[in-house]
Amino acid sequence: MQELSVRHLLGIKDITPQDIQLIFETADNFKDVLNRPIKKVPSLRDITIANVFFENSTRTRLSFELAEKRLSADTINFSSSGSSVKKGETLLDTVNNILAMKVDMIVMRHSSPGAPHFLSKHIPANIVNAGDGTHEHPTQALLDSFSIRERLGEVAGKRVVIIGDILHSRVALSNIFALQKQGAEVMVCGPITLLPKYIQQLGVKVETDVRKALEWCDVANVLRIQLERQQMKYFPSLREYTLYYGIDKKMLDSLNKEIVLMHPGPINRGVELSSDAADSHHSIILNQVENGVAIRMAVLYLLAQRG
Amino acid sequence: MQKRLIVNHQLLDIMVMRLCHQLIESHGDFSDSVILGLQPRGKYVAQRIQRTLASILGKQVPTGLLDTTFHRDDFRRRDTPITANATKIDFLVEGKNVILVDDVLYTGRSVRAALDAMIAYGRPASVELLVLVDRLYTRHLPIQPTYVGRKVNSLLSQRVLVEWKGEQAEEDAIWLITKTDE
Repeated sequence: MQELSVRHLLGIKDITPQDIQLIFETADNFKDVLNRPIKKVPSLRDITIANVFFENSTRTRLSFELAEKRLSADTINFSSSGSSVKKGETLLDTVNNILAMKVDMIVMRHSSPGAPHFLSKHIPANIVNAGDGTHEHPTQALLDSFSIRERLGEVAGKRVVIIGDILHSRVALSNIFALQKQGAEVMVCGPITLLPKYIQQLGVKVETDVRKALEWCDVANVLRIQLERQQMKYFPSLREYTLYYGIDKKMLDSLNKEIVLMHPGPINRGVELSSDAADSHHSIILNQVENGVAIRMAVLYLLAQRG
Repeated sequence: MQKRLIVNHQLLDIMVMRLCHQLIESHGDFSDSVILGLQPRGKYVAQRIQRTLASILGKQVPTGLLDTTFHRDDFRRRDTPITANATKIDFLVEGKNVILVDDVLYTGRSVRAALDAMIAYGRPASVELLVLVDRLYTRHLPIQPTYVGRKVNSLLSQRVLVEWKGEQAEEDAIWLITKTDE
């Protein structure tokens, strides 16, 4: 008889290692459900969930929507483009109007860090953070760890390097918290301009040579360069970035061990990852997407249980 | 808390043996029949029935485990959360005679959830229910067992507990537990 220690999933920082284990164990059962002929359970049939997306998304939004439908929840979708946000409505007003339609849970993505935390102080519904600016993306970190656990048996004791635009990445921060809570060693790797200044204080190793990073690790989680968040130039050109930090199959094959290659998507093929690397046997990128639905089902189910 | 022994291990052996013979009477060589134990506690009964049938028939009857957690109708209405268990069914339910197995039949809600959960694996030819203990006059739903070990008249405040040797108990036994104000 276990339940989550939190009512909202705002970030990995706020949850306990026991919460992570409970989510994984529940996700194991949902993954089993997803492999049946009938992929649906009636657990959340009396619950309405609003997917409120103030920022673009493909995978996360589809994955959440599918998870909700597999749990038999009623869903409504909101995206800020084409809505009254453009007419000047505040975040709290927008969400309160959605809640007035008797919605039980909010899945929110927002470009401002802390937006879901602010909301959680003002509204009664359970909130799931689907990404807030450059801050956290908890369900992505959970599905990443879940995929590592599935491939390597466990996360504890494993060496994981996160490569790329760490400065603008919410996936990186959530992954650092999640991996450390499960006892993994974490390294970040990228051009010095794309590494946050005080990142060592989180207890992670820092490396600027991608070759050394790959030789050190069991798992490499490669991130995209987030050009849309970059207000200034952090490196001379994408071509130069690829030359120094791009990973290809030749490089992976030349390592004297097998490593697991991950990417949260969307991939910029030919920039951070070459096509032959992304499609190689090292890659578990599509397993990550598959596991995303099971993890999100587990999170929604366990939060609904908290009420 | 008062604990009264209602079935000891010798009686439980006889009871399981009788239930197995009743099953053989209606299912013959079990060529089209499968057993599904309801998680969590029906698992032990199903395993015991499978072992006993194997000793009589000389063959293993296909036995699976069915978890009903996600199909329960008391989600968000319970005070204590329920943890999901594994469903493990390595055979097709389609066209089979299914014997659902649980330890205690009380309100009938778990069995309703089990019927719901089972349909995800196919359309069975028929479904029967086997329970070790049938608590009389406590049903919330029109569900009756096909095979019963023991009928027990109990108060709503009481609880029936089936214990298995090796599963945190020294002997197989069925207990009637009465809560008392301490």
